[in-house]
Amino acid sequence: MWLGKNRRRLDEFFDVEGEKSEELRIVGDAGRVKWIGRDMTRGRIAVEGHAGMHLGSRMAGGAIEVSGDVSDWLGAEMSGGAIHVRGNAGGQVGAAYRGSLAGMRDGTIVIDGRAGLEVGQRMKRGTIVVSGGVRDFAGLEMRGGTIVLGAAELRTGAWMLRGTIVVLQSIPILPTFAYASTYSPTFLGLYAQRLKRLGVEIPVDEHAGAYRRYTGDAAIPGKGELLVWEPRG
Amino acid sequence: MDTKEQASPLIEHKGVRIEDTFAEAFGMRGARVVITARSPEWARTAAQSLTGFATSVIGCKLEAGIEADWPARETPDGRPGVSVLVFAFDADGLAKRLIERIGQTVLTCPTTACFDGLPDAEDRVNVGGMLRHFGDRFQSSKFLDGKRYWRIPVMEGEFLIEESFGVRKAIGGGNMLILARDADAALEAAEAAVRAMRGVRGIVLPFPGGVVRSGSKVGARHYKKMIASTNDAYCPTLKGRLGPESALSEEVNSVLEIVVDGLDRAAIEAALRAGVDAACRAGVVAISAGNYGGKLGKHHFHLRELVPAKPEA
Repeated sequence: MWLGKNRRRLDEFFDVEGEKSEELRIVGDAGRVKWIGRDMTRGRIAVEGHAGMHLGSRMAGGAIEVSGDVSDWLGAEMSGGAIHVRGNAGGQVGAAYRGSLAGMRDGTIVIDGRAGLEVGQRMKRGTIVVSGGVRDFAGLEMRGGTIVLGAAELRTGAWMLRGTIVVLQSIPILPTFAYASTYSPTFLGLYAQRLKRLGVEIPVDEHAGAYRRYTGDAAIPGKGELLVWEPRG
Repeated sequence: MDTKEQASPLIEHKGVRIEDTFAEAFGMRGARVVITARSPEWARTAAQSLTGFATSVIGCKLEAGIEADWPARETPDGRPGVSVLVFAFDADGLAKRLIERIGQTVLTCPTTACFDGLPDAEDRVNVGGMLRHFGDRFQSSKFLDGKRYWRIPVMEGEFLIEESFGVRKAIGGGNMLILARDADAALEAAEAAVRAMRGVRGIVLPFPGGVVRSGSKVGARHYKKMIASTNDAYCPTLKGRLGPESALSEEVNSVLEIVVDGLDRAAIEAALRAGVDAACRAGVVAISAGNYGGKLGKHHFHLRELVPAKPEA
């Protein structure tokens, strides 16, 4: 591992046990350890505690699970695999690094808690779920893929070109998004079935409510969509 | 009595003679289409439309039927569904027929969506990827777990269809003949057989109600341009007439056929076994099967191997 610019042995900082394996378990507070699971293509990492910035950055396969919180750039530019965070996450989840054209290209990120700014910025494909809600600019300059949010603050979907942002609570809608219709998108059933296996529930029962569909961002102009859940009654 | 019948060794099941012959079936290509909808009724409505006029490749270019009802927990989108099996002679033909039929009967049917039911099949045909053009560039897609789904805007809302459908080797033309004393007995036996056979997954019975009353022979005796004509050897009204050699004994006055198409040999065998067992009942004289002497189809289903084993005393 690296400490600043110096390459150091892992056992200088951690107690290391076990044989060479594709399954890694990190126990304790790794909140200041960056780049865990960077470029990983297979295997499984379980972090029992917090994790630092860039967790799962550019990963292409395998699975990462974190029982605590993670910092910024979770799953940035990832192209496959799955990340599940039981706690909260920082900003730029699944986003593109500054100067890069594309963020997340595939894979799944599930955050049980909240997340920060610019979730899914410039993402092209894949699924991000934040059950507890996010701060401003979710889906900023989004190119494709699907983001599911428990709630969101301001400017959701700003400059989005394509893709879908599903929000399970009423949110402030940018004036550059136009209301289209209220309906039950069939494709959300696919996501509901898949995410149910990860412990995430998306409402798709037509008797319980429907989704208000907004298209935008007309400032680009974009072909993206915001789907905002509206309970019946 | 016909000499062929007299020569057959006697195999009996529930007091019904099982002729020592075989059903001759052909290699085909098959696909499974899973249709979901808001209610089981709408899913079945679309499935019935899709499988209409699809009894025989001779006249319909494909054979199709409803395979099973799917509970919501088993379908890709969590809604009630119906699976349909579709068969044609080759993958290209199958793709054309799927595009035509899904486009006209499922896309048009309220609340439906359409999914591939053979996700592990290596051969794929592009169906949703062609039908998406109905969206006139207003369509969009979702890519999930390695599969692409197309969302086509329609007046009702949105039609969802998977881009590609799996195609696999399959078998068409498995069959059994029910030789009965009268029309009532033949129909009751056929209905019982159909009920039993429809419990088997991986097969469909493409004819109306699963039953064929007009079995055919290859070509014709008198009209040379006909590719198929009535199976005169099994027409009770032609017994004793000069010309056709009847395969029916004097006591047989009605014959019905059940044709089975399936995704593999085991499924067809299971269906025929269930059908033979259910069809052996009062009023049925014999169970037989149709073949062409083994010269045309490479899949042979011998009736003697399909008779359920008698429990040991």
